[in-house]
Amino acid sequence: MKDEYDLIVVGGGPAGSTAAKFAAEGGASVLMLEKDRDIGMPVRCGEAVGAEGLARFIEPNDKWIASKINSFRLVSPAGLSVDIEGLSDGGYVLDRRIFDYELALMAGNAGATIMTKAYVYDLVKEGDSVKGVKIKYLNEKVEFRSKIIIAADGVESRVGRWAGLKTTIKLKDMESAIQISVGNVDCKPNRLDFYLGSEVAPGGYLWVFPKGDKYANIGLGVAGNHNKSKSARKYLDNFMEKNYPEASILTTVVGGVPCAHTLPKIAADNIMLAGDAAHMVNPVSGGGIVSGMQGGRLAGTRAAEAIRAGDYSYKFLTKYEKQWHKLLGKSYERMYKIKSAVGKLTDDDLNRTAEIISSLPQSKRTLGRVFKTALMKHPKLLFDVVRAFASV
Amino acid sequence: MIIVEENKCDFCGTCVAVCPVDAIELFEAQIDILHDRCIDCDLCVWICPIEVLHTVEKEMASA
Repeated sequence: MKDEYDLIVVGGGPAGSTAAKFAAEGGASVLMLEKDRDIGMPVRCGEAVGAEGLARFIEPNDKWIASKINSFRLVSPAGLSVDIEGLSDGGYVLDRRIFDYELALMAGNAGATIMTKAYVYDLVKEGDSVKGVKIKYLNEKVEFRSKIIIAADGVESRVGRWAGLKTTIKLKDMESAIQISVGNVDCKPNRLDFYLGSEVAPGGYLWVFPKGDKYANIGLGVAGNHNKSKSARKYLDNFMEKNYPEASILTTVVGGVPCAHTLPKIAADNIMLAGDAAHMVNPVSGGGIVSGMQGGRLAGTRAAEAIRAGDYSYKFLTKYEKQWHKLLGKSYERMYKIKSAVGKLTDDDLNRTAEIISSLPQSKRTLGRVFKTALMKHPKLLFDVVRAFASV
Repeated sequence: MIIVEENKCDFCGTCVAVCPVDAIELFEAQIDILHDRCIDCDLCVWICPIEVLHTVEKEMASA
């Protein structure tokens, strides 16, 4: 095995694999490092994704699609269910264990070298410049050198911090999240359910995403500043006790979802950040699969260009920041404003909105009509919010 | 000072992401609070989804 590559990608999630694939296709020698034993495990994710965004990267395949989505249900704080059907652009609930594998395979088949159980614990530096990574692999310490590093190491990104990039997130912008994969629950196979309200998930929402017959991901995110008095786990326990006392829990995962806008600085000399590490997450929905892949594509492509040009400076890499900002970063800034406004809605506001929508006959309750009606009555916000989810 | 109930921790790194002074180190299934850096802001305690971080008095921790 070589000890020097053009590019090292830290993290084998969707952002990392996509970056590795595009860089390898662009002619760079690539090493992708994953800390866990398996690509795609554990799955710290609700696994819902928009079909259209995903199709830009990968042909839909039933082996990683757990269920196909064509409707939403919003449940108001008072318990009123509002179904919105006939989504023109549907989505999927993925099986990320298989999906992430598939993406890594694409990177590998494009020529990237992949190592799992490779835990990056520090950077190789010469003076201030980043020259590679130090890893622990099977209890041994090993160094790999590279011209460029792409840090796709998740929300807890430390690679970025070591390189001097500020990746800390504000408490109020971090969703404290927990999810269980459960059996023996009633769920509609083609519908995503969202529960709103201060009792269920203050400053966030609770989701029931179906993965099969009587099988679903049930999770929630609570805004960090709300988690202080009562933790995400307690909110979920309460919900399950009330709604699904008979559920059998197959997995529990916890984690943080960065619901801010993308970090302003996601590149420096010899390094770029991508995915959750760069906070490339839709701040309203918390969705970050496709956006992470978009970021990975841009970063990987730019890395290959940098290799070809022999220029790994921030000056060269900054084009990546500009491209990201243009592609999604700017719209996430708008989304962030929406999120802040939604955060101010009271349970009464949400209940009223649900009543307005449910007064429409089901046949007319298409997204467009719902929004038109909701718009007239008041909450323009709802329009923006559901649109945000539709593009997860 | 902050302590972690390591046997309950899921090592998800959410606390690492909110720490303003990089005082939490996460290695695989091991988490360390760097007490000389920690400013006792408690953000990590508040964000933890499963309440495995706690604030304790210094004397208690050393006892």
